[in-house]
Amino acid sequence: MPLSEIAFYVFSAGAIVCALLTITRKSAVVSALMLVLTFCFLAAIYLTLQAQFLAVVQVAVYAGAIMVLVLFVIMLLNLESEDIRVTNNWKAIVGILAALGVLAQILAMIFLSQDKLPKSINPAAAVLGTTESVGRALYTGYSFPFEMASLILISAAVGAIILAKKKLV
Amino acid sequence: MAPLSHYLAVSAILFVIGTVGVLFRRNAIIIFMCVELMLNAVNLTLIAFAQFLGDQTGQILVFFVMTVAAAEAAVGLAIIIALFRNKQTVDVTKMNILKW
Repeated sequence: MPLSEIAFYVFSAGAIVCALLTITRKSAVVSALMLVLTFCFLAAIYLTLQAQFLAVVQVAVYAGAIMVLVLFVIMLLNLESEDIRVTNNWKAIVGILAALGVLAQILAMIFLSQDKLPKSINPAAAVLGTTESVGRALYTGYSFPFEMASLILISAAVGAIILAKKKLV
Repeated sequence: MAPLSHYLAVSAILFVIGTVGVLFRRNAIIIFMCVELMLNAVNLTLIAFAQFLGDQTGQILVFFVMTVAAAEAAVGLAIIIALFRNKQTVDVTKMNILKW
């Protein structure tokens, strides 16, 4: 088995274990830190796909910016640990069944269409994942949505400040 | 190189873990983090398809998903702070003011 394949399975196992820890830990801080680890493992999986630019953005934006914001809010609210015992058994069974149903459905779809999927990574992929080529696409063909993204960000920033202000106007 | 179906399977598993978290947790911040996990699972699918098909559009879409996720994080956390200021809790089962 080549090294890139071993790396993929190791990182996938890490991501899945950390994701499971995220949803099972009582303390919100531990959950958040596990989620940071999950995002780092996902960035490593992006690297095995030769998407270097998005791997770096994943670490910077998700593991960096977003999760630091979440940790700040947890710290500000000073929450006690949540009691995660399930109180309503019937609801829990329905929830688990729905989740397993979705998983079975997606996996069945993947399995049934397996021979229609591309067999190996496209030879062009190594070039497509670089900062240069993603940047070129963003500033040429996708320049309008790129500018619109700045509008989304500024409106979100203004909205967040107004929502979190002491007195709503 | 691992086959595409394995990437898709990992993504599906992460997505379902996120779904279970949203369904079972009561802390609004953890529910919010589970939504982020689901977004990331979908990003993995998009990047895997983009690289296996040799089409860059998938990567561009992931870039915009990340932008919107950052905006969503800011607004979502502001809403959680506003909720906490009103009810002194982030337990979603206690936020039933619109319920009969």
